[in-house]
Amino acid sequence: MNPIYLEALVVTLGIGLLMSEAFDAKMDKRYLVYAGLLGLGIIFVASLFALPQYIDASAPYAAFYSADPMAMFFKRFAIICTMVVLVMTIDYAPIIERFIPGETKGAGLGEFITLPIFTCAGLMWMVSATDFIAIFVSLELVTISFYVLVAYLRRSHTTLEAGTKYLILGALSTGFIVYGVTWIFGVTGQTNLAAIAAVLPTLPPASHTALLFGFGLVLIALGFKIGAVPFQFWIPDVYQGAATPISAYLSVASKAAGFIVLVRVLDLFLGFEPLRPRIDVLLAFIAGATLIFGGLSALPQRNFKRLLSYSSVVHAGFILMAVASLGVAFARTAIQFYLVAYLLMTFVAFAITALVARAAGGDDISHFAGLSRRAPWLAGAMMLSMLSLAGIPFTAGFLGKLFVFQVAIEAGHTWLILVGAVAVACGFYSYLLVVRAMYWQPAPDNAPEIPVSLASSISVSALAALILVLGVYPQVVLGWLG
Amino acid sequence: MSLPSPLFCLTLIPIVAALFIMVGANAPFVARAVSVLMLALTGVLCFQYPVSQGGLWFVSQYPVSEQLGLSLSFGADGLSLALLLLSAIVTASAVWMIPPIKSRENLFYACVLLISAGLFGAFSSTDVLFFYAFHELALIPTFLMIGIWGSGDRQSAAWKAMIYLAVGSFVLLLGILGLYLAIPASQRTFDMTTIQSMAASGVLNPPHWVYWTLLIGFGSLVSLFPFHSWAPPVYASAPMPVSMLHAGALKKFGVYGILRIITPIFPDSILATRVALPFGWSISYLDIFLVLIIGNLLYIGLVTIAQKRLDWMLGYASAMHMGYIFLGIAAWNPLSLSGSAVLMVAHGLSIAALFALSGSLRERTGTLDLADLGGLAKSMPRFGLLFGMATMASIGLPGFANFAGEIMVFLGSFGVANQIPQGGLKFLQVTTIIAVWGFVISAVYMLRAYRCVFFGPRPERWAHLPDLAPVSRYAIILLIATLLVIGFCPQLLLSYVTPALLLP
Repeated sequence: MNPIYLEALVVTLGIGLLMSEAFDAKMDKRYLVYAGLLGLGIIFVASLFALPQYIDASAPYAAFYSADPMAMFFKRFAIICTMVVLVMTIDYAPIIERFIPGETKGAGLGEFITLPIFTCAGLMWMVSATDFIAIFVSLELVTISFYVLVAYLRRSHTTLEAGTKYLILGALSTGFIVYGVTWIFGVTGQTNLAAIAAVLPTLPPASHTALLFGFGLVLIALGFKIGAVPFQFWIPDVYQGAATPISAYLSVASKAAGFIVLVRVLDLFLGFEPLRPRIDVLLAFIAGATLIFGGLSALPQRNFKRLLSYSSVVHAGFILMAVASLGVAFARTAIQFYLVAYLLMTFVAFAITALVARAAGGDDISHFAGLSRRAPWLAGAMMLSMLSLAGIPFTAGFLGKLFVFQVAIEAGHTWLILVGAVAVACGFYSYLLVVRAMYWQPAPDNAPEIPVSLASSISVSALAALILVLGVYPQVVLGWLG
Repeated sequence: MSLPSPLFCLTLIPIVAALFIMVGANAPFVARAVSVLMLALTGVLCFQYPVSQGGLWFVSQYPVSEQLGLSLSFGADGLSLALLLLSAIVTASAVWMIPPIKSRENLFYACVLLISAGLFGAFSSTDVLFFYAFHELALIPTFLMIGIWGSGDRQSAAWKAMIYLAVGSFVLLLGILGLYLAIPASQRTFDMTTIQSMAASGVLNPPHWVYWTLLIGFGSLVSLFPFHSWAPPVYASAPMPVSMLHAGALKKFGVYGILRIITPIFPDSILATRVALPFGWSISYLDIFLVLIIGNLLYIGLVTIAQKRLDWMLGYASAMHMGYIFLGIAAWNPLSLSGSAVLMVAHGLSIAALFALSGSLRERTGTLDLADLGGLAKSMPRFGLLFGMATMASIGLPGFANFAGEIMVFLGSFGVANQIPQGGLKFLQVTTIIAVWGFVISAVYMLRAYRCVFFGPRPERWAHLPDLAPVSRYAIILLIATLLVIGFCPQLLLSYVTPALLLP
């Protein structure tokens, strides 16, 4: 099957669900989730049969659409992310209904369920895009659906604040990427990455500065997507304010796609020797700043979603360590493995937060107190996820960090490794705060039961099990990555 | 892929038992049965090991990642077997000593078994990364247990230890990575024996920073001065089986790592490397290490004397005694290295006995303040006798394994007569002379503590303390009997450990 049908199928699925929701106002919206899961599951299976050789190299789309192993891997990654987010909305639905009062039961829920599917299509395009125009368009598809999703709980003040912040800063970053692409186009006369690469060696040295300027602007926009310092300011407020499944989605899928685009753009510029040393220094600096800022800011956090948002900044820093070492052969694998590990542990953390927040009425760390007695299974999965985020052996997070540090040592980024060590130490402190609350502190007297839907418990258990499996046998993923 | 080796099974048994306990099996029964089973199996392995041949036995390997050269591999030689036996003995006596738990009994026993699994995994792994990973595996339950069931200021102690040990082991991990990357790219592996043979054949020449990160990493796990400050509060506030397992066995991980990774891989020339100091002076790496050892023996020793509570005193004492083991390693000759290995076992057994007894003393009296106790030998004669023997062992009285180990370390590090240089003593010999004073220091604090607790006037409230129950008595006797056997016949242990210490 030609890989380009995958995105088309996802869009069709989204439109189909949206239509059925619109024409049957009385339906139980949970059916939409199950239908979406089924559809995405089928598309996931179909993706295994989508082979790059079906792409006709002479077709017009072949110039801006790539189905290399990295793209295919992250298409599946995006599908799985979207499926987990859909599962999370099942348990989260009551909160959405509370904040969107409508005339009928479940009003507004349908769009909340279908939008992530459109986002998924955008993410899948994004990781395949090899032309600045395609990158821009797919990026916009993702970002615009996120504008809606982030601001969805319109009766909640924090959500509105988050939505506004995300909208304004997102629009700004859009401006940056367009402006940057314009500069690059102005210098090279091309928007296609491969075509630019062909033109670069013929450029006169006088235009190098302009090229670097254009690259810097694109880097700003992508830095915004992945939450790299100094473009991370929106992250804590937006993650805290958005609905929990959406925070998880933003933190994993949007970030991963951002990294893939970054790697593609960097491949182009790092291949150009005259600019390479400057870009290397710039990237290492951004990685170091991201690590230190994220690590230190996570320390005083007492709201768990805020903690997770700073943690997402730190992890962006770790991945950037590998991005800054792209010259090392293993770096690409390290980045992808880290993203997979990050997906697992972050989704477990956010999913359990959503469950606990619904029962306990808040998502501060203190709301987790005594969870090990109230819900031992959830507490165990949460502990696993925290240990993995902190980087304890036998978890996927440990190997992820190991690979990243290995790549950085190999690339000779000595000071970056020291900064990374500080960030790891900070991480131990902040993640174990939650373990401490769950295991050491007593539960409040009238602590309510924590109801968990079957779909949620299956997905949390599966993700948690995968954390362990990848921690002991990373070959599962490394084999795929080739 | 080979058949599951007995060592892999030994590591899995406690993990499986812990899972059973977590889903509701009878915790004390399962844990006790498993601990005896593991002791028996380890004993069988020790008997099966062909002492005269030496080398790695019971080897098995499960590839984890071919492209990284990572595999879950197990194997044991004499040194690992000695430590596995130590772990099995300490685990068994710890599990049998546990008093009834008031809350969450299953989690408690599951955690103890997981620590034990970490111990077995660490001492039998021949893959450097898994060797490291199993040690970390043991740290997590330690952290949970101190926080939930500890005493005193348990949460801050556990917190401090966790951060300290986590950062320490992260430094260690960087060292391991450095070592890995020092191997030529096409041959990269985490396999310990391959790395050792590469170092021996000169293929592997790691940079000096790797040496220091490894030394500081392992050192902070073994409470090498000045990275020791986490140890006393942890041992003081941890529940009894945790102190026993951690101080008795898990802490030996660091020394074992130095013997397995640092000494075979880094040539003597690294120790002789000189660092320039101001005023035209210079100091060698060995000298720096020796200064830290003196810090362990003298500084921590003096701090130990100043302690007013038994548990804190034992915590510092345990940190102090590591100095002797380090001295044996620093001296780097067959005699002193064997002495260090004997001391590792001896210290593990004696400190486990002391922590077990002080833990049950706290159980009975609710206090370990030396000023509050006194005259307890009258109400608990058996307790007093066993405590006395553990004390004597810890000081290093002849007849106990500790004496054998210490005397070998001293003889080895001072150098046999014909090696004494003409132009005066070297720094190593001066350090040995200072180290011998450690005997005196430990005699001072140990005997004083013993007197304070068991002799002198007995406060009326301690008149009816129950003596040790038979089960706990046998658990302690197991530890002390092993100490005596090794003490009277050190050759039993030496025949295992000496060939295993890779010597140039």
